Amino acid sequence: MTNDFIIEVNHVSKQFEDGKFALNDVSLQVKKGEFVTILGPSGCGKTTLLRCIAGFQVASSGDILLKGEDVTSTPPYKRPVNTVFQKYALFPHLNVFDNVAFGLKMKKMEEETIVRKVKAALKMANLMGYEDREVDTLSGGQQQRVAIARAIVNEPEVLLLDEPLSALDLKMRHDMQIELKELHKQLGITFIYVTHDQEEALTLSDRVVVMSEGKIQQIGTPTDIYNEPQNCFVADFIGESNILSGRMIKDRKVEFCGKVFDCIDEGFGEDVPVDVVIRPEDIYIWDKKDEGRKAKNEDDVDYEDRVPKGKFTKWYSTVQTCIFKGVHYEMRALTPDGYEFLIQDYHEYLPGTEIGMLVKPEDIQIMKKSRYIYNSFEGEVEKNGKVYFLGAEWDATEEQLAPFAVGDKVEVCVPFRFVELQDYEEEGKLSGEVAFILYKGNHYHLTVRTDNGDNIEVNTNDVWDEHDRVGITIAPEHIRLRPTGLEPLNEPE
Amino acid sequence: MKKFADIASARRTWAWPYVLFLVLFVVLPLLLIFYYAFTTPGGDFTIQNFVKFFHTSEAVNTLIYSMAIAFITTVICLLLGYPAAYIMATAEFKTPQVMALLFILPMWINFLLRTIATVELFNMFGLPLGEGALLFGMCYDYLPFMIYPIYNTLQKMDRSLIEAAQDLGANKANVFTKVILPLSVPGIYSGIVMVFMPTVSTFAIAELLTHNKITLFGSLIQRSFGEGGIAMWNYGAALSLIMLIIIAATSFFDQDNSHDTQKGGLL
Repeated sequence: MTNDFIIEVNHVSKQFEDGKFALNDVSLQVKKGEFVTILGPSGCGKTTLLRCIAGFQVASSGDILLKGEDVTSTPPYKRPVNTVFQKYALFPHLNVFDNVAFGLKMKKMEEETIVRKVKAALKMANLMGYEDREVDTLSGGQQQRVAIARAIVNEPEVLLLDEPLSALDLKMRHDMQIELKELHKQLGITFIYVTHDQEEALTLSDRVVVMSEGKIQQIGTPTDIYNEPQNCFVADFIGESNILSGRMIKDRKVEFCGKVFDCIDEGFGEDVPVDVVIRPEDIYIWDKKDEGRKAKNEDDVDYEDRVPKGKFTKWYSTVQTCIFKGVHYEMRALTPDGYEFLIQDYHEYLPGTEIGMLVKPEDIQIMKKSRYIYNSFEGEVEKNGKVYFLGAEWDATEEQLAPFAVGDKVEVCVPFRFVELQDYEEEGKLSGEVAFILYKGNHYHLTVRTDNGDNIEVNTNDVWDEHDRVGITIAPEHIRLRPTGLEPLNEPE
Repeated sequence: MKKFADIASARRTWAWPYVLFLVLFVVLPLLLIFYYAFTTPGGDFTIQNFVKFFHTSEAVNTLIYSMAIAFITTVICLLLGYPAAYIMATAEFKTPQVMALLFILPMWINFLLRTIATVELFNMFGLPLGEGALLFGMCYDYLPFMIYPIYNTLQKMDRSLIEAAQDLGANKANVFTKVILPLSVPGIYSGIVMVFMPTVSTFAIAELLTHNKITLFGSLIQRSFGEGGIAMWNYGAALSLIMLIIIAATSFFDQDNSHDTQKGGLL
């Protein structure tokens, strides 16, 4: 069974001395010959995961298997993997030949074999004739090729690539992407590729692993990841998207933006809050004035042609901005009830134009909300009308405190929209940092990480930036207490 | 017409005091050494001073002996200094600066005082002064000059190179011999030059630690000027010139240093 996978990562966590998790219970299986990309923003743990597989870091818990063999604490030089480093890490005191031959010399191969293998590897990396060059006389692209040749010459079972193209310019990066893909085909070995560039990930990989905050958010083929993101983070990180809060009314019916739409999703239950993702290129738009009008001549716009036939829910908005993006125009449009949409279309609609909008049911992607509409914290009732949670004492109303005695454990519920953020950290009861921002059409959804490491979800109309320091306050009347262990509340947002 | 402010702000203007300093205290003395080395006390041109040196076996032997002592000192300093620098550069503990400070601390004290203290230590433990004491004193005085350049190169070394070597199958011993050691060669060069050059010309340490029993080349020069009177200045100048040539030859080993001097030369 285990032989199907060349790499198995089982519940691996990596905790640093300061207690922060770089990896938090990560599991991943990779088949032989697969091209797997680990994708995520900087600091998401993707490089740590790669370094654990390479052996430069040892997991705090969990285990890593290579070809069914436990290598969790095997030193790097004994593992059948080779790495292409982010800044190449070529040996400056050796020429191209000796750099590439390094691994073979370590294996004490015969001189003849070494020469033959190094030549073959250099040929594969398009570096014939560069054998005697010093590495610091090479361009970035050539150094990159040396780094690749140095790794593949050892014929590893797995090639690990740590953002190998990040130091190259755009043109060079595209060329190298094609070469890497070609190389993968030729060698038939497993590639594990780490990048923060979603385009690179979607172009190169058989499967993409999206990571954030030390956890795997989604594993899937590039099309799965793009078309069916499992949560807001993936939807927001991969490509552009409109993310809105909505409600699943019943199977195949979803409500958002004040309207009911047909969709193709089932199994969420009835009347359940959900997140809705619509890609900007999936929205059909037309000028409202053209509705029902037939084209007069060939150059004219034909409404009938532009809009898909069928009974679809339509809604209207006004174009705010329109930018030419080369192949398409990118527009921002605002509905009368204040929802903003990002739209991409081949036709230009100038700001001020009132447009009709439509989206096909199969293009509406529904996601379970990662959390409902309120924060839920563990708390304890204290003396003098106070309740303790998130490492601080808070005032609560008598009405909420009445059913509980001092010392009782309670669930503290605070709706997202009632968490207030202050410009100055010292104005808040807690201070923290804005960790993640999601634009939900008519408001922002923020994840604020407190200095104790807790997450608080906040809905706000104010504009914040990631990494902003904020103070956090909650008014006593918005702190609701419940006995622990109850079913989640289900309230309209 | 140039305004005073323009002249004052020009870089050239600010260089003049230094140029003056260099001419007075570097170029001029060098020219004087040249002049005295190739003249008789009467001022006539001669190469007799050099002939005299090569015909005095005592002087030649002293030079060879001084170089041998300097060489041994350099080797001991390298053998002691490299591990120290390596430990400091790769130290896991939070403040390798503490260790660096401990190494630099003795250097805050004048080296004569340190040497006299060494003499007292030898006397206290009843150890004989002489060649052994001389080597001990020289290593003690010049060890930091070996540690620092090596520590610097090791510390600046890209850690990913070590990881790359491990990744390519190098065990700890191979990582050291194939990557760390070759990459620290510039630091070793600098260390060798910084220890060898001053030790070959030293004299005070030798006098104190051997009770004047051992004469080094530096002492020979010092005696020519100090005790020989003005008549010996020409001979002393010739000896100085010989040592200058030896020191210059050593510094050619240190290629990085010669690069630096080219880059940062006179304005």
